[in-house]
Amino acid sequence: MSQDLVATLLKIAPFLGFFLGLLAPLMVWVERRGSALIQDRPGPNRLGPWGLLQPLADALKFIFKEDVTPSEADKPLYLAAPILAFLPALTTFVVLPFGPPVSVGGKTINLVVADVDSGVLLFLALSSLSVYSLVCAGYASNNKFSLIGSIRASAQLISYELAMTIAVLAVLLPVGTFRLDAVVEYQSAKMWNVVPQAIGFLVFLVAMFAETNRVPFDLPEAESELVAGYHTEYSAMRFAAFMAAEYINMMALSGLCATLYFGGWKLPFVPMPEAWLPAALVGFTGLALKICLFMCLFVWVRWTFPRFRYDQLMRLGWKVLLPLSLVNLIWVAVATLSGWM
Amino acid sequence: MELAIFLIFALLALVSAVTVVAHRNPIYSTLSLVVTLAATAVLFVLLGAPFIATLQVLVYAGAIVVLFLFVIMLLNVGREETEGSVTRTGPGQRWGTVVGAGIFAGTLLAILWRTYGRESLDPLTEELVAIKPLAALLFDRYLLAFEVIGLLLLVAVVAAGIVARRPAAEKEG
Repeated sequence: MSQDLVATLLKIAPFLGFFLGLLAPLMVWVERRGSALIQDRPGPNRLGPWGLLQPLADALKFIFKEDVTPSEADKPLYLAAPILAFLPALTTFVVLPFGPPVSVGGKTINLVVADVDSGVLLFLALSSLSVYSLVCAGYASNNKFSLIGSIRASAQLISYELAMTIAVLAVLLPVGTFRLDAVVEYQSAKMWNVVPQAIGFLVFLVAMFAETNRVPFDLPEAESELVAGYHTEYSAMRFAAFMAAEYINMMALSGLCATLYFGGWKLPFVPMPEAWLPAALVGFTGLALKICLFMCLFVWVRWTFPRFRYDQLMRLGWKVLLPLSLVNLIWVAVATLSGWM
Repeated sequence: MELAIFLIFALLALVSAVTVVAHRNPIYSTLSLVVTLAATAVLFVLLGAPFIATLQVLVYAGAIVVLFLFVIMLLNVGREETEGSVTRTGPGQRWGTVVGAGIFAGTLLAILWRTYGRESLDPLTEELVAIKPLAALLFDRYLLAFEVIGLLLLVAVVAAGIVARRPAAEKEG
């Protein structure tokens, strides 16, 4: 019992350390410097080499700013919303495998935090709870802009979850199980899923942007019409909590995308060591590298694409992505049955 | 350990279920429903059925209750229902409540009777709760029921679409 607990904690540690300690602050820097690069201006470059210490200064600023709660706000929900934002962000990564099964002292340990049969489903279930934070924030703020942002968020998340789930289903079809480590094994035996399931990947990618409320689908916070949408009233650390949760959500979804379509933790041409610590290290580095690439894509897209209009967003979700994901599912089903996959 | 977890989440499920019915604010009611669903999901995990627990969160907490919230916020239901509107019920409604409660109580009693009437219960085995055996049951023994439910849902969706469209069609005609 206690041994299992220690192993589980050891498996959680790299994710939390990498997500919260390293990549989340780094992403603030990448986002600001990336936008500067794309808009042909220097960006924050004063603090530390290339402005690398800027996130520290930002964090200090957030801590010392005044924390405002509107007097007409629904207090319990208003305070709970930023905390709720972390619930899906900090739980979904538990089903991502980051290495081969290793044996320690005669026991076989799978390098995934929660080793359950319904792995992908658990991820989707937990990430579908992310909408509650946005809805609570918008409703509790007692502000028209916030409320409209929340309504948009709930409609958007429901619409794009469907297409995303069907795209994931198509990945699982030839593998025959919900386990993500089996998906990784399948890809290393055949080829990366992104090749035979390019349509499914496209659907997943677009849905991924919509699920994390990133440009071009950031209608819940569309600053040109809704001030800041659902987090209009939030300030100081509570606002920072929403931002951090958004980044961590992006990382977890990037991890899922890398696992489903880009071979997971396995890097091509890199031999896998047998022992427990090196294997975990190499595997995690592989997954982390792929996550970083996706995070750069998120920033690149954000500063080069205009925002969708709301009706365009709904039309894209229901009339383009959903049929596309079904076409992909039928293609994969036919290919699996006739033995091409 | 297991007993402690069971007690905590059973209590949480009961309290939040009462809150769903009793709270004046519809948003709080709906959020309590999410807590109820999540707590029951934990109970499913304790029973050794993580798949059903996952589905419970995915389908109910993740999709259906979000729709509830969406409708409540879209219709802009007031923060509190006043006493007057709560007592505004017709006679048919009252009898319907009694009949409905009777049916539910009867079903519950029947289940309890069948459970405690026996010497020992069939153990809840892996075959009963894992994904593959569930799928085999669903697509083999209960295939007809499964397909009929799908058809029923489709009919409901089409009907909802027609009801929602009617005023616009009349305007054009």
